[in-house]
Parts: sequence; structure tokens; C-alpha cells
Amino acid sequence: MAWQFPLLSLLIWLPIVGAVCVLLTGSDKHAGTARGIAILVAIANLLLCIPLYLGFDVTSYAMQFQEEHLWIRAYQTHYALGVDGISVLMVILTNFTGLLVVLASSQTIKLRVAQYMAAFLTMQGMIVGVFCAMDAVLFYVFWEGMLIPMYLSIGMWGSANRSYASIKFFLFTFFGSILMLIALLYLYNQTGTFRIQEYYGLPLSLHVQKYLFFAFLLAFAVKVPMWPLHTWLPDAHTEAPAGGSVILAALMLKLGVYGFLRFSMPITPLACMRLADFMIGMSLIAIVYVGLIAIVQKDMKKLIAYSSVAHMGFSTLGCFMVYDIIRRMGSFQDAYMSLEGAVIQMIAHAFGSGAMFLGIGLMADRLANHSRLIKSYGGVAHSMPVFAAFFMLFALSNVGLPGTAGFVGEFMVIMSAFQTHFWVATMAALTLVLGASYTLWMYKRVFLGPVTNAAVATFKDINVIERINYILLAAGVFFVGLYPLPIINVLRVTIGHLLLQSIPTGLAMNVPMGWAA
Amino acid sequence: MDQPLILLATIIMLLPLLGAITAGLFGHRIGRNATHCITVSLVAMAFVLSMYLVKVMLLDAHPAIEGTLYTWATAGSVQFDVALLLDRLSTVMLFVVLFISLAVHIYTIGYMADDPGYQRFFSYVSLFTFAMLVLVLANNFLLLFFGWEGVGLVSYLLIGFWFNKESANQGSLKAFLVNRVGDIGFLLAIAAVLMFFGTLNYHAVFTQVPQVVSRSLALFPNYDVPVIALICFLLFIGAMGKSAQVPLHVWLPESMEGPTPISALIHAATMVTAGIYMVARMSPLFEYAPAVLSMILVIGGTTAFFLGLVALVQFDIKRVIAYSTISQLGYMAVALGASAYDAAIFHLMTHAFFKALLFLSAGSVIIAMHHEQDMRKMGGLAVHLPVTYLTFVIGGLALSAIPPFSGFFSKDAIIDAVHLSTLPGAHYAYYCVLFGAFITPLYTFRALFLTFHTRSRVEAKLRGHIHESPWVILIPLVALAIPSVFMGQMLIGPMLFAQPSLLGDSVFVLPEHNVLAQMARSYVGASKMALDAGMHLTFWFAMAGIVMAWMFIAAHPQWTEVLKRRFHWVYALLVRKFGFDDFNHTVFVKGTVELGDVCYEVSDVKLIDGVCVNGSGQAIGWLARTVRYVQTGYLYHYALSMVIGVLVFLLWFIWG
Repeated sequence: MAWQFPLLSLLIWLPIVGAVCVLLTGSDKHAGTARGIAILVAIANLLLCIPLYLGFDVTSYAMQFQEEHLWIRAYQTHYALGVDGISVLMVILTNFTGLLVVLASSQTIKLRVAQYMAAFLTMQGMIVGVFCAMDAVLFYVFWEGMLIPMYLSIGMWGSANRSYASIKFFLFTFFGSILMLIALLYLYNQTGTFRIQEYYGLPLSLHVQKYLFFAFLLAFAVKVPMWPLHTWLPDAHTEAPAGGSVILAALMLKLGVYGFLRFSMPITPLACMRLADFMIGMSLIAIVYVGLIAIVQKDMKKLIAYSSVAHMGFSTLGCFMVYDIIRRMGSFQDAYMSLEGAVIQMIAHAFGSGAMFLGIGLMADRLANHSRLIKSYGGVAHSMPVFAAFFMLFALSNVGLPGTAGFVGEFMVIMSAFQTHFWVATMAALTLVLGASYTLWMYKRVFLGPVTNAAVATFKDINVIERINYILLAAGVFFVGLYPLPIINVLRVTIGHLLLQSIPTGLAMNVPMGWAA
Repeated sequence: MDQPLILLATIIMLLPLLGAITAGLFGHRIGRNATHCITVSLVAMAFVLSMYLVKVMLLDAHPAIEGTLYTWATAGSVQFDVALLLDRLSTVMLFVVLFISLAVHIYTIGYMADDPGYQRFFSYVSLFTFAMLVLVLANNFLLLFFGWEGVGLVSYLLIGFWFNKESANQGSLKAFLVNRVGDIGFLLAIAAVLMFFGTLNYHAVFTQVPQVVSRSLALFPNYDVPVIALICFLLFIGAMGKSAQVPLHVWLPESMEGPTPISALIHAATMVTAGIYMVARMSPLFEYAPAVLSMILVIGGTTAFFLGLVALVQFDIKRVIAYSTISQLGYMAVALGASAYDAAIFHLMTHAFFKALLFLSAGSVIIAMHHEQDMRKMGGLAVHLPVTYLTFVIGGLALSAIPPFSGFFSKDAIIDAVHLSTLPGAHYAYYCVLFGAFITPLYTFRALFLTFHTRSRVEAKLRGHIHESPWVILIPLVALAIPSVFMGQMLIGPMLFAQPSLLGDSVFVLPEHNVLAQMARSYVGASKMALDAGMHLTFWFAMAGIVMAWMFIAAHPQWTEVLKRRFHWVYALLVRKFGFDDFNHTVFVKGTVELGDVCYEVSDVKLIDGVCVNGSGQAIGWLARTVRYVQTGYLYHYALSMVIGVLVFLLWFIWG
């Protein structure tokens, strides 16, 4: 292979090297320098996404921007990178979010700034690594590696109950990943390689596939998180600093769905098909049951955390409906929308919930006791009108209003759900009311009405940096909501290829169309 | 987008959006005067341009055209476009929306003059106009849903405009949530259309109806429903939310917490009629779902009569008009159920003008009374507010269907049409709308007498300060009063009985449902119809309503008390609004919160976290503590366990 510019490597390692540089500034005496370097690195990384997007060939399903170097000869492990339509979007999203977090944190974090920035830059690089890795060991290294800075950020900069939350977070995610490691080792034994793409289409028996499926499921379901493995998330969110919450919501949760798309569906297609109804059930529980729980939350961050679980339910629903849709409709064409919806929902949720976590963070910062309880606020719109307007926009995206990002994924998934079964669609559509209830009720209690807490009256409206942050996010929300076609163009071919790999041969043909007579 | 007409429609649609963005983002920088100058002139420009479309589409009978602005998304073989449809129905709606919106924009200059949120208000009203135009101009279900949710959002923002008021925040949240319940139906209907028709474009869907009409869908094992009926049922649930039909009407009275201009624009003239418009637009589907038409008849009739009754016991002047709006929406729904779609749109138009007029007149009263809305504290205002009084009377007469005012023609047509309908439920609906014709003038003139006549009950401190509103408020009133008088007479022929009618092929009626064609045979012309009104029962019902209102309110107010005591249970029922609010609050609001609490406290906190997560943590701790006791450190303990181990293995080896 001719030498080509190692763009993906640069995207991964630039923030990590940047993190080391930031660390070198040392104590808080040079906090300004640390912030400056971190912001520069984040901007540079986002700029690197421009050639990535422009150079990406949307007409090919092949992995692009490939890099490959032998890593450990004995185990045939490679440092192999590459992106397809799904991961290229995720990489861009990661770097976009990374910049937001660094910008936001430069305003709020006053203690151990260099360390904080370093942790987040490292996390950013590692997450990009997860999305780019084509080698199972490399994937696993990044997958686990990113837990460390996250664990540290919760443990160091978190609030009161941080040690419980950080340990819970670590154990949950780590426990799941161990099983994934075993599954990967099993696949290595079968094939003699760690190249993920070699695992696709392996003639594994249903029995084996089921074991593999559950091993992967545990790892990914914890990350998504799916019910009933979701309880670490509200704790982690509440205790994490605002930046940590944003990374958690906007990026880490997406890794779970990404895992389903990268591993579960193409490697264990038979098991996926057999267990699709189970997965649909779990997703619906996430949407309805967790939606109900979100309504009664008293802590804003917990509320948004539960809402995240409900929203990610749409992504998992979108992934696992494809089998039923093909069976009932008799063609691949109809399954596209389901998967497109799942991926777009991931992106949309990153904007909406990320923005809301930032907002909660900056409100809590303005309050002396950093309370996140809804009842500590009320009438914030009086003192922070610009912020209230922005927050309304993101709340509406969370509600799934047409024209905002949140609508696109939900719409596509509900449309597809109707093709699996009327009642699946009805259950999923309940989110129209549930989502509006928890989001707007919270908005009402926090932003509207008379000012009840005297401290709220003295809040200063958002400053220039915070405004830039919100303008970026608002642009994202409107872009995805009003013109999702460019995103879909990037996805289309990849999703088609993924469907071909994930559908057990013969499914489309030997299924009668009896249901929709 | 090659057709110039579509380009023109796009420009008309975007002008209010431009106004909304300018007022919203730069309103504070450019100041109040510039804000209202810009927004008003942009809407005025859109209105003038729409007049040209009226000429081309309605007078010159240009055939319907479609044009795609851009492709929103694709999914497999499906393509979602942002595309417009310009036909007779959308042109009519365009005209109505822009006329009223312009009047309300001008009125707002006077009504909101002292409000600190002046620019924000203009931004919202212009944004609403944009969303409403999207709704009526869409050529597919997706863009329709965009507009549908867009107007819902602006309605939410405007009801809660005075966000310091708890009741306003409560009302806006309720409006949004109740509408969302309807939207579940709407969205599922869209999904069903997509599944069975493979497209969301109106035209493509309607032409495929013959192929789909025989298909059915299994909701439960061995329980199939016809697809078209299911789609129409779900669509009508959406319409029930937006157009305030029982039992999803509960949000509309509380929407009165918003400023009066938007009560006129959104909650009387335009947005709440979106459901009616949608059903008329989907008439090629609804015609093949007679069961759903029957359901619409029953729900519409119930709404028209019973919610009208509630207006009789209201004392807030805006709430009276709000309940009257619900009741009139019921009339329109009944017309839809009777397949008289033209009549429904006709009533939608006349109602838009006279109801906006009533609301704006009420707003003028409220301004004069320094934001007092309780009619018990008014009375005798006619002398102080002569122009307002006159316009209120015109609106009231039109609402009460007194000839020759516009409401007479449209309401009479509905009552006749439902009389001819042969669908199950039509009889019930007929009696509902017939008796409704008595109730309507009763509550309207009750409000009129309480406000403008009778002895003054105005508080002493206000007495000297009541004076007529400024011209920016009066001009819109006069502008709305004129069509409220003449519109019915002018349009009844072209709308209902001409061939082709004003709406032409925008609506579709099966020959066996075509009640308007039957009525056309006996139609004798508008002025003759007005003169012959005395031959019809409805006219005498209406007159009786006015006379009753006069007797009980103006002449012998003490009779009301007697009646109240005599029928106290009826009175209590009406004051409780049939208990819908109590029921919803107890069952849905509290029930949901309770359910959420149970899910959270019991399942999530106790079961999953308490038992499973922390439990397994504790179990491991317990195991570790227990195992620790074995590690005693004494050599003979280890030797003993080693001997036991060897013995166990030996025995296993021998017997195993």
C-alpha cells in the first residue's frame, strides 16, 4: 500500500499528545496556558475532520483512510485503523463534542485545570480510537483505556457522592467488557486473526452465536445503557462534572450502539435475528418505563440521564427491528430507515442532551451550593433570558419537535416500528407524551414562574464563550433537524452493506407476506 | 422549483419567518417601533402577494401544482421532500390565515403596547404565521406534521407568554401535552400511510386508495381492521387534539391565559381549525372509512352541544368565547362527518372572521377595563366603548347565525347537510347541532348583555378611566367586521353549490355521501335564503336564544338565580365542566406521577440498585469476610484441610 497521510492516527494521537503537553504546564499557576493549549488542540482536531469528511467516499462501503502496522507478531495483532460511513460520523461528532467540552470547562473548572483538560483530551483521543479501530485488540485497548480518564474525572472533579458513583461506573462497564474480551478471544481462536472484518460471515452455529451474542450484549448493553443495566448512568451523571456528563451522554453511550452495529449484528446475525424480539422488548421498556421514571426525578441531571436511557432505547430499537421489518415487508429497502434512524438518533441525542448537561452545569455553577435540584430554581428565565431561549431549543430537541435534531431519529424509528407491529409503534410513540412531560415540566419548574430563590435573581446571563458553545450546538440541532440528507448520504451505502452482512441469508426470501395482507 | 407560482408561495411562506427571526434575534437592538414596522410590513407583503394567488388559483381556476423545495431525507426507496402544493383549498386557507394574521399583527401594536416582551411577542406571532402557512401549503404528510407541530409549539410559547403567571405556565404545558396525545395518533397514521402506500405525498397516496381499500391489518391475533379505517381513525385522533374535540378539548379553555391577540389568531381562527383542514384535505381517505365518519359525527355533535352548555356558566369573557369556539369546531367536525367538506371549510372561514372579531373586541374591552376579564365586574360598557360594542354585536349576530350575517349561511348549511346524511350517528349529530343553534345565541348574548348592557358593576377606582381603544385596535376590528357581515352571502353559492365549487377537486366526496349535491337542488340563492330564514326551525331557535338571554340577564336577572337553585345539579355539572378536568387530573396526571414513582422507588432504587447491584457488592464482601476465617495462619489447620482434601479425592477416585 502506498504511503498516505495518517489522518486517523493524527486524530487519535493529537489530543493525547496534547494532553501530555497540557499536563506539563503543571499546577494551577499556569491554568491559562493549560486552557489555551487544550482549546487549540481541540480546534485543530475539529479542523482535521474537514479533510476527513471531504475525503470520504460516500459511494463505497469499504473501510477508508486505512492504516495498518503489525503490532504484536506472535498474536497477529495489528495497529489497524479505518472508518466507514457510521464511524466517520461518530469521529466528527466526537471531535465536535470534544471542543464543546473543552470550551465549557475552560469557564467552569478552576481547580487542577491542567489535569482536567488532559483527562478530557485523552478521553477524546481514545474515543476516536474506538471508532477507528479495525483490530479487536486495539479496539479493546481503547475501549477500556477511555474508562480511566472518565473514572478519574468523576472521582476527582465530581460532587458529593462521587466515589460511589465512580466505582459503580467502573465496575459496571468493566464487568461487561470482560465478557466481550472472552468473546473476542474465542473468535481469535476460530480464525487466527484479530481483524474484526474477518469475523463477519463466519459460519458459526446458532448455539455458539447465542453465547457470543450475550457476551457482546453485556458489554454493549451496559454502555447504551439498556434496562436493567442502566442504574450506573444516573449516578455517574449526577456526580460527574458537567464536561464528564456531556462526554458520557454525547459519546460514551453511543459506543454501545456502535458495538451492536460493528460486532453483534454482522458477527452473530442468526442470534440477533432469533433474539430480536427480546431486544425490541428491552428497548420498549427503556422508552416507556424509563420515561415514566424520568418524570418523577427531582434532580435535573438525573432527569436528563434517565431521558438519555429512553432516547437510546430508540437507537437499540432501530437496530434490532430490521429483522422483523424484512420478514414482514419482504424487502431490504424498508429496513434502511430503521438503521438510519438509529444512527441519527445517536447524533441528535448528543446535541440535545449534551447541551442540556452543559446548561445544568452552568446553572449549578452560578448557585453557591451547586445544587442540581429542580426546586432550588424557578424563574431562571427572568435573569438569564438568552440562556433560557437556548435551553428551550435543546429541550424541544429532546422532546423531538420537527425541525430539531431530536425529531429525525424518533420519526424514522417510529415509522419503521409500525412495520414490525402496530403495538410496537404505539409503545414507541408514547414517548411523544412522556418526553414532552418530563422535559417541559422540568423546564417549567426551573425557568418559568416567579423567582423563588433569591440567588437565582442575581444570575448573570451566559457569557461569550458559553454563547459560542450554544450557537455551535444550536447550529447542529437545526442542521440535523432541517437537512439531515448530507448525513444520510454518508450513511446510505454503509448501512446497505451492513444490512447485507447482518441479515441471515434467505430471510428475505422464505418469509411469506402474510402479516400485511 | 421551476414554476413561478410555487416560488411565489415559497416567498409568501418565508416572509413571516424572516419577520420572526428579525424580531426574535435583533428585536432589542432595533427597538419596538422598528420591530412592529418590519413584522407588520412583511406579513402585509405576504398578504398582498397571496391576493395574486387567490386571483390565479380561484378566479382563473389554475389547476393544482406541486413543487419540491429540497429533499429532506431518504430511506431506502422512500424519499421525504419539503414540497408545496398549491391548489384551491390551500389558497383559501392561505388567504384566511394571512388576513387574520395581518389584522392581529396590527392589533398587537395597540394591545401589547406596554408589555416588556413586545418584540418577543411579535417574533412568536410571525413564527406562528410561518408554521401555519407550512401546514396549509404542504404537499405531504411529513411537512404537514412539521407545520402541525410548529403551530403547536408557538401556541405553547404564547399561552405561556406571561411566564411569571403560574396559571399561564400550567395552561401552556397542558395544551402541549394534550396536543401531543393527539399527535401520537397522527404520527401512527403517518406510519401506516408510509407502510401501505410507500409514500407520504398526498397525491400519490390518494391515487393508490383503490388498491389499498381492501387491505387490512391485524391489531390483535385474529382481529383485523381495514387499513383505511385505521388510518382515518388515527388521523382524527390527531385532529381531535388540535381542533379541541371531546375528550381532548380540555386544553383550549386554559389557552385563554395567553394574551388576547393570540387567542383570536391561534385559538379561534387558524390553529384550532388545522384539524378540520386536515380531515378535509384527507377527504379521499375519509370517504372510504364510513365508520370513522360516523365517529366524527358523534364526537362533533357532542362537542357542539355539550361544550356549548358549559359556556353558559362562565364568567370570564374570554372563556365564554373559548367554549363557543370548541362548540363551533364541533359544528365543523359534524360537517366533515356528513361528508360536507365544503361546508366545513366554509364555516371554518366565516368562523375565523367573526370569532377573531369577537376575541379582539373582547380584548378591546379587557384593555379598557385594565385587564379585568370577569364579566361580573363589567356592565353598561356600551356607552363607553361604542365601536367595540358595535363590532361585538356584529360578531355575536354572526356567531348566533342570524341572517344575513355570515355565520347564518355556513351554520345553516351544516345543519341541513347533517339532516340529509344517512350515516349511523347522523341523527344524533343533527339534534345536537339543532339544539346547539339555540344554545349559541344564549351564551353569546348573555356575555353581550353582561358586558355592555345591564347596570354597571365596574369597580369604583376604574369608573372614570374607561375609554375607547386607540385606532390600531379599532381598525382591525372594522376590517374583520366587514367580512363577518357579508362573507357568507357572497360565498355560499360559489363554495357549496356551484359546479365546480370554490374548492373544486381539492376535496373528494363519494356520490352516495354527497349531501351538498342534494341541497343544491333546492338552493334558491343567498338573499332568498336569508329572507326565507323564518321558515326554518333553526332561525326561531336562534331568536329564542337571544330573547331568553335578554330575559334572564337584562330584564329579570333574578330569574337566573331561581333557575340555578331549581336545577342546581345541572349547574354544578356545568361549573365542573362535566368533570373532564378532575378526571384527567386524578387519573392521568396523578396516575402517571404515581406510576413513575413506583417504577423509580420500587423497581429502580430498591430492586435493581438495592438488591441486584449493591446486593451483589455486599455478597462479594460477605464472601470475602467468610473466606477470610479459613486463613488462620496455623500450620495444623492447613495440614488438616490438606488431609481432608486428599481423603475426599481418594474416595471420589475409588467410588467415582
